[in-house]
Amino acid sequence: MSIPLAASAPVIDPSPASGVFNLLWVVIALPALGAALILLLGNRRTSGFAHLLGCATVLGSFVISLVLFVTLLGRDESDRQVGQVVYNWVDAGSFHAPFGLLYDQLSALFLLLITGVGSLIHIYSVGYMEHDARRARFFGYLNLFVAAMLTLVLGDNYLVLFLGWEGVGLASYLLIGFWQHKPSAAVAAKKAFVVNRVGDIGMALGTMLFFATFGTVSFAGISAAADRADDLTMTFLGLLLLLAACGKSAQVPLQSWLLDAMEGPTPVSALIHAATMVTAGVYLVVRSNFVFDHTELAQTAVVVVGAVTLLWGAIIGCAKDDIKKALAGSTMSQIGYMMLAAGLGPAGYAFAIFHLLTHGFFKANLFLGAGSVMHAMDDDVDMRHYGALSKAVPVTFLTFAIGYLAIIGIPPFAGFWSKDKIIEAAFGDNLVVGLATLVGAGITAFYMSRVMLMTYFGRKRWEEGVHPHESPKVMTIPLMVLAALSALGGLLIFGDWIVDWLAPVVGPEPELHLGVPTIVLTLVVLVVVLVGVAVAWLTVGRHEVPRTAPAKVSFATRAARADLYGDAFNEGVLMRPGDRFVEGLVVFDDRGVDAFVDGTASSFRGMSGTFRRLQTGYVRSYALSLLGGAVLVVLALLAVNIA
Amino acid sequence: MSGSPFLVLSAILFTIGCVGVLTRRNAIVVFMCVELMLNASNLALVTFARVNGNLDGQVAAFFVMVVAAAEVVVGLAIIMTIFRTRRSASVDDASLLKY
Repeated sequence: MSIPLAASAPVIDPSPASGVFNLLWVVIALPALGAALILLLGNRRTSGFAHLLGCATVLGSFVISLVLFVTLLGRDESDRQVGQVVYNWVDAGSFHAPFGLLYDQLSALFLLLITGVGSLIHIYSVGYMEHDARRARFFGYLNLFVAAMLTLVLGDNYLVLFLGWEGVGLASYLLIGFWQHKPSAAVAAKKAFVVNRVGDIGMALGTMLFFATFGTVSFAGISAAADRADDLTMTFLGLLLLLAACGKSAQVPLQSWLLDAMEGPTPVSALIHAATMVTAGVYLVVRSNFVFDHTELAQTAVVVVGAVTLLWGAIIGCAKDDIKKALAGSTMSQIGYMMLAAGLGPAGYAFAIFHLLTHGFFKANLFLGAGSVMHAMDDDVDMRHYGALSKAVPVTFLTFAIGYLAIIGIPPFAGFWSKDKIIEAAFGDNLVVGLATLVGAGITAFYMSRVMLMTYFGRKRWEEGVHPHESPKVMTIPLMVLAALSALGGLLIFGDWIVDWLAPVVGPEPELHLGVPTIVLTLVVLVVVLVGVAVAWLTVGRHEVPRTAPAKVSFATRAARADLYGDAFNEGVLMRPGDRFVEGLVVFDDRGVDAFVDGTASSFRGMSGTFRRLQTGYVRSYALSLLGGAVLVVLALLAVNIA
Repeated sequence: MSGSPFLVLSAILFTIGCVGVLTRRNAIVVFMCVELMLNASNLALVTFARVNGNLDGQVAAFFVMVVAAAEVVVGLAIIMTIFRTRRSASVDDASLLKY
């Protein structure tokens, strides 16, 4: 890897909050209050107003975020990092961790994404969950999710970040398992929780290592002292943070929970995939740029993980007939792009965040669109039962189409600009990595075209009794807004705005060294994308789609249908040996520990059975033992005196 | 003066008392043997006081007499009570408190 290591990453040095920035804590407090009210009062008492309250709190946070962002834009570039200490959280000996918030260029963008897309998903959920008896509770969980994610991106030290990190894990568990009466949903929630715990080990150990190395866990303190730490420690820190990021962002090898997480209601999938949760890993890597800039090995690891995941997810997406799972595979793949970009160092940080934002727009658009289609098809998720829906649900079709064009990267839609930049940066770094991103773009075009063709075109393959209808306005309006954002999100890159905006946080972008002019590479990418679309047309669009998945398929298709055997691997390599190990421990406990403890007890019981015979009840036997004792004492005295 | 005849007598009396306590069944006789042992030790104490020419042994003997008197009162009362309830003064009969 030929990444030129930055001399030193920018130091985070926030100024105390003043004026409108004093409202920073309210951004978190509003949804947290909504969640507390709804969840503490209970589903029945709040069912009348919970959806309004849920939307209002997140919209309120969005308005404040917008005001803060505009104020930040008006400030001088050197004065764009604002810190606020809400209260003194942990203060023990030499360990200080205030509940501090950091509002800088990076968290400002995240705030807008989380609260903006989050608001749209909340509004959409009002319609989507209308007939669910537990809608109030659903909104409580959604608010909790948003509050946790806001804590994650606003914390000014790793401990507050960890608090949000765990909060997101909890909320995702609650929401994935929202329909807990379905065993599959309960299992999926548990799986997501357990896999996330594996990543959390990295986060917890990383936080401890930060404290052990730097004596502080605050971003400001660590970024100031990062130059003095030795490379080995930095590499360890980088790898631990990468493990954490893999868990939350569903990167290989901790990817297995994401596809199962589709068991949750569709707005949850949109929230997890677009605005919260999976973006946390990318945020962590970009936020910790002061660590990764010092360790080439960890950066390489991030790039490898990103490259593997982007292909992994894309291949899975090709074979899924469940519309949500196909989209989930694509999320995995797109997050892989972001990770890869984040692993490229200052050359990619800004593009990782840029792609994260545009992906947030178009993936929320696609998921909510998929939810709208499911709504129309009586909650059927099998694309083989769709077909010819473009007439039946025109608004959903048009907005979904814009999201589709954005994700496969057709200019001028948002995904084109962000993905193109990542591919350029990847080729500037390494040919193999560049080719991986290029192939990924082609596969993305293939599977997304497949989703489009199977859902909206071809002949009707509907189940009997299904009468598709367009969703209500409360669902279609968020779709339109998101479609507009998916179309226009690319504006952020004009004049290198986002690169310059993030430069004070992640360092300036080094000059790109490509062998060819960038326009050539862009054209190559476009050709690859069009080839992907063409292949999809030739294999899916031209033929009649069978209503049941064909059983005689190639090995590659079978593997992709089985999530590339990720679950089989986990089961065979981790779960079965773990089971056997635990069984061994049980045997050891039963036959070893218990045998020893029981043996001791029974030997004492036997001895006491013998010794209690001494208590005869006859006075003379007691007198005899008294005499014997006295004689022994006398003999002992004599022995001592004579000797 | 040599105290050995007195000490020999004391040892003989103590041994008789000891054997009596261990072998006799009648509570009164056992009690008397206990008294015999106490008085044997008294004799030894007094002898040592005489040999050493101080009053320590005599004082100790005095205390033993006081304790013995108190013990007789309590002991005889217990024996009386047991005899009244069980119509027996055998120490072997009172052996309910056992394993």
